[in-house]
Amino acid sequence: MDIHEYQAKEILNNHNIKTLRSVLCRNGEEAYKAYQTLSSPVCAVKAQVHAGGRGKAGGVKIAKSADETRSIAEKMIGMTLVTAQTGKEGKKVRKVLIEEGAEIIKEFYLSLTIDRKTASIAFVLSAEGGMEIEEVSKNAPEKILTVPINPGHGLKSFHMLKMFLFLGIEKNLYNDFSNLVSLLYDTFIKEDMSMLEINPLILTGANTFIPLDAKIILDDNASIRHPYFNDFIDEDEEEPLEVKAKSVGLNYIKLDGNVGCMVNGAGLAMATMDTIKEFGAMPANFLDVGGTADAKRVETAFNILLSDKNVKGIFINIFGGIVKCDMVAEGVVAAAKNIGLKLPVVVRLEGTNADIAAKIIESSGMNFIVGESLADGAKKISDIVNG
Amino acid sequence: MSILVNKNTNVLVQGITGKEGSFHTLKCLEYGTNVVAGVTPFKGKTLFNNSVPVYNTIDEAKKEHRIDATMVFVPAGFAASSIVEAIEAEIPLIVCITEGIPVMDMLNVKNALNCSKSIMIGPNCPGIITADECKIGIMPGFIHKKGKIGVLSRSGTLTYEAVNQLTKAGLGETTCIGIGGDPIIGSPFITFLKMFEDDPETKAVVMIGEIGGTAEEEASEFIKKNMKKPVVGFIAGKTAPAGKRMGHAGAIISGGVGTAPAKLKTMEKNGIFIADNPSVIAETAKKALNL
Repeated sequence: MDIHEYQAKEILNNHNIKTLRSVLCRNGEEAYKAYQTLSSPVCAVKAQVHAGGRGKAGGVKIAKSADETRSIAEKMIGMTLVTAQTGKEGKKVRKVLIEEGAEIIKEFYLSLTIDRKTASIAFVLSAEGGMEIEEVSKNAPEKILTVPINPGHGLKSFHMLKMFLFLGIEKNLYNDFSNLVSLLYDTFIKEDMSMLEINPLILTGANTFIPLDAKIILDDNASIRHPYFNDFIDEDEEEPLEVKAKSVGLNYIKLDGNVGCMVNGAGLAMATMDTIKEFGAMPANFLDVGGTADAKRVETAFNILLSDKNVKGIFINIFGGIVKCDMVAEGVVAAAKNIGLKLPVVVRLEGTNADIAAKIIESSGMNFIVGESLADGAKKISDIVNG
Repeated sequence: MSILVNKNTNVLVQGITGKEGSFHTLKCLEYGTNVVAGVTPFKGKTLFNNSVPVYNTIDEAKKEHRIDATMVFVPAGFAASSIVEAIEAEIPLIVCITEGIPVMDMLNVKNALNCSKSIMIGPNCPGIITADECKIGIMPGFIHKKGKIGVLSRSGTLTYEAVNQLTKAGLGETTCIGIGGDPIIGSPFITFLKMFEDDPETKAVVMIGEIGGTAEEEASEFIKKNMKKPVVGFIAGKTAPAGKRMGHAGAIISGGVGTAPAKLKTMEKNGIFIADNPSVIAETAKKALNL
């Protein structure tokens, strides 16, 4: 799960990693007071949204007085920020972080991620901090160092020395640097992160290293041992339909097309979307109803699909393995009748009792069309929505 | 012949008395799997289904039974401990069905596996089945029929879709393995590709991948260098947007890595027979075998 910069810094602070003093504000007045409280001649006003690339998009601004802080914050809160990572619809800014200024001598890039290939925790560093790291990695890969750490052996001094030498920092700063790196590594593990990105990591005029920005992705699966993860969820940052789906245990992701999809299993759901595209239509969503496609779940799923006004037709593709298809068919019919479904629906049920299920669908008196196979069903629904 | 499991495989179930564990153990017994023992802490010296003895630990179970494989249904928060218990008990095959294990736990498990004698399948997977002989997992048994295709997949129901086609097309399967949908899994495609290449009954392999990571690319390089048998490949997620997790924890395009077109390109370059859509997997397998 994505969290905000201010939350990321809270986690770092709890592990004795210092960041600049800052205050979270929800309106101009709070920002005005925050400037006074921080009593720093220069402050940064930073939009708090779940997306990187804020600086370039106008989501980070410098203020030199309380009045200026207020006026910038007032403009920023409520605006829709479109960054390289938000997509064209952008993200609405609801909170800003007012942060004290610092004298920046140098900017570095430092991140920790899980390396799937080597099953290790990888540090990625560059002396070219502050810039778009994707650009650096494309145009000058030699300016980026990756140091994988085998979690069984852990982080050792030589790893840190390697990083330090690569960044070309003055020798007397090694202790500070290695302290920070080992704190970051421990925090990454203890708090079950999937990613921790500090861009930039700054060297200040006081010769200390400080994370100026922090982006953290937490491993959802680990919320079982970190109850605080749930407090960090910001539903304003998420697609409302996705939130609704999640609350009833459905896995839904909104897309741009007009064929609503209801499938059991993530892989089959993706394959169904792909097949719809092959037949010239576009899926309106990814939706995995999971192993138990009973009437209640199907009804909720229908409601979610129908809340998307782009949806012109629905394709239900269920492979009944352990789940019996006739049960699913009864659920689909009951749910459709209950909500008075008008849209055309193509139903493809395969697996246990598929023949009984087909009869239930055909004799339901509803606007249902039977798909004989995945391809047949995808073709039928695509033809319908394309008129 | 087949790979890893057959009618003589003795199976232990960890978490045998839980809701999922008990339901699927019964299904495996129905299929004919030799479930010889179960483990649930503090439920030792009881019987599951009036027939399968339950023990507190694997050590206790091992004193009474030869165990060739274990099926793990232990809840996500405790699964890593159970897997390490199986590794330390030197169980040759560990099949973990559990979904939602924290990645950090899997890093530790993976490290323990690297210095062990065990092979692990999963987590977050349907399991392994050798048609008409042994099912260790949650897949519907009846769609499988003894035949000549080895199946490997990162998915669940999409695998059933493929198997169903292979069975209906008269090709049948040798062994089918769901390797798991998480970012860190016990074993990659390559571990099993090697075994299928050496298995005389397997004439071709179907490999079902999806977006995220580079497992399919690595498998493709391996196939080109080491395999004589034809491999049919499919990738789910051509229409998936970047940065969104498509149900499986591992199915995410991040930093431009793991897109379907990139995977397909590498696979094609390495001589894999590509099934353009999931409906033509069996058809493509027939072509690959010149049938």
